[in-house]
Amino acid sequence: MAEPLRGIGVSPGFAAGPVCRAGTAPKLPAPHSVSDVEAELAGAAAALAAVAAELGRRADATRDATAAEILRAQVMMAEDPVLDEAVADAIRAGSDAPHAIDAAFAVHRQAFLEAGGYLAERVADLDDLRDRAVAVSSGAPMPGIPSPGYPFVLVATDLAPADTAGLDPEQVLALVTEAGGPTSHTAILARSLGIPAVVRCGGAAGLRDGMVVAVDGAAGAVRVGVDEATVADTRRREQERRARAAASTGPGRTADGWAVELLANVGSAADPVAGAEGVGLFRTELLYLDREKMPGHDEQVEAYAAVFDALGGRKVVVRTLDAGADKPLPFLDQAGEPNPALGVRGVRLARRDPALLDGQLAAIAAAAARTGATAWVMAPMIATPAEARDFVTRARAAGLASAGVMVEIPAAALRIRALLREVDFVSIGTNDLSQYAFAADRMCGDLAELLDPWQPALLDLIAACARAGRAAGKPVGICGEAAADPGLAPVFAGLGISSLSVPARAIPAVRDALAAHTKADCERLATAVLATEDPAAARAVAI
Amino acid sequence: MPSRTVTVGSRTGLHARPAALFVAAAGSAPLPVKINVEGRKPVPANSMLSVLSLGAKCGTAVTISAEGDGADAVLDDLAALLARDLDADESASHG
Repeated sequence: MAEPLRGIGVSPGFAAGPVCRAGTAPKLPAPHSVSDVEAELAGAAAALAAVAAELGRRADATRDATAAEILRAQVMMAEDPVLDEAVADAIRAGSDAPHAIDAAFAVHRQAFLEAGGYLAERVADLDDLRDRAVAVSSGAPMPGIPSPGYPFVLVATDLAPADTAGLDPEQVLALVTEAGGPTSHTAILARSLGIPAVVRCGGAAGLRDGMVVAVDGAAGAVRVGVDEATVADTRRREQERRARAAASTGPGRTADGWAVELLANVGSAADPVAGAEGVGLFRTELLYLDREKMPGHDEQVEAYAAVFDALGGRKVVVRTLDAGADKPLPFLDQAGEPNPALGVRGVRLARRDPALLDGQLAAIAAAAARTGATAWVMAPMIATPAEARDFVTRARAAGLASAGVMVEIPAAALRIRALLREVDFVSIGTNDLSQYAFAADRMCGDLAELLDPWQPALLDLIAACARAGRAAGKPVGICGEAAADPGLAPVFAGLGISSLSVPARAIPAVRDALAAHTKADCERLATAVLATEDPAAARAVAI
Repeated sequence: MPSRTVTVGSRTGLHARPAALFVAAAGSAPLPVKINVEGRKPVPANSMLSVLSLGAKCGTAVTISAEGDGADAVLDDLAALLARDLDADESASHG
């Protein structure tokens, strides 16, 4: 068989079927001279209004919150007063409506491209708006997604949010685009709809309607001109994959039954916990944000009890207030810190205001007592065993039986054995641990590759914690983004991590990844990954 | 002209949701507000396209300005909005 076309796999799954290309943008009609300027102005305004109305309707119709938000942003662009003025100016200068619209968008398109990064990936949104408005103003129908009446693989240069939001997963087997990137709307929405997708697939330009292709949305491969047997085989693999995901329930286990607890991250009782064995990270910041004063005891008890009740006796690990840095609070005077990420944040707030921490621990204990919950507490931003001891002492004094700390500061990971002597458990916050280990600001997009969870130095710190935890017989979990990476799950299991805490919707993929490996597989993967030199090599040995 | 300089607090920068919230707030203000980043000419704050094109990231200093009755109050409100992490609600609830 010929070599498959290669792109970036951004939404896993297998699909095979005939290609249908997305409706191409209308060509600009030949310029015509404008005799009635007022009528041309009205036509251009009506076209932009029609586009805004259509996208607004799609925003209202979609059940996907992400899609709706993107569409509403596009509506704001179509209604943009600066754009409106530029179109009107061009018409008054003698242009017809389609050319005036095209020229007005071109200015912003150029600015987006020059800005690069996120904005450059938004160019597809602008082009979609322009194409729609140009079509309407020249009397053509708005371009859109084909509906051939049978399931198809949708191929496009790139897809606009308006297109992807209206996609019917029953009809669209897979998405293949020439442009786009892992953070483009096509990628984000394909993942949220569960449609296999490959982006930045240069070879897709050669795909024509009716060609039969097989798509692997994890590997980023598109096979062209496949036969009936391959189509049937691909569909069978996808059915098996879906059946596995749907049947995926119960606790986290390797293929041979080694337990890795699967826990959920929540911020309040409103967050989903389905499929989780408990909560591994209950962020308590929500209760405190946008408050002029610290919330009172009763209010805190109610909020904690609501989460405990939702878990019906399953374990809940409550993280005490992690304010400061990117999460400033009005009632804590933190002005004037030159470098808040390295300042008085997390449990360090208790140095200035111990009552804040003691009050919170008392409220957690009261909520646990009232609901009969299994409540564990842990402190963020612990650097030394002495700090851990102080926190555990306060938690015990409040009547809480199980007290642990987060490992987010490299100092804590380096002295993990001493730290573990002070606590009942630790939970590794990989986001902050990366930021501090690599001296790379989490907000700084330019340093993203340093914050890759597959960085061997980060994995070394995690491995050291896991090893010390096993030796001490105390649980060592992970609650950062890295825990939700299905590729890393067996690696973490092999290192001896006892629990992974992730957004509930990420649990099935992590559960499947664990179930696909034996404990011995996991340990072999972990050893192989730790021996690599960089994230690409680490992924290559593990995936 | 009254103005405020503030660093963008949203972790994704003045993009997407934070930009939409800011532009909507500026658009409903009783007087026209302009926004600029250092060295560039001010653009209308009620223009989504212009605000996005600033390319303001988290931590970028932006200056907003307005003239007329109540300009200070309008600028104070908008400056507070810009300084907040407008992505926080979302990421906090979704992990």
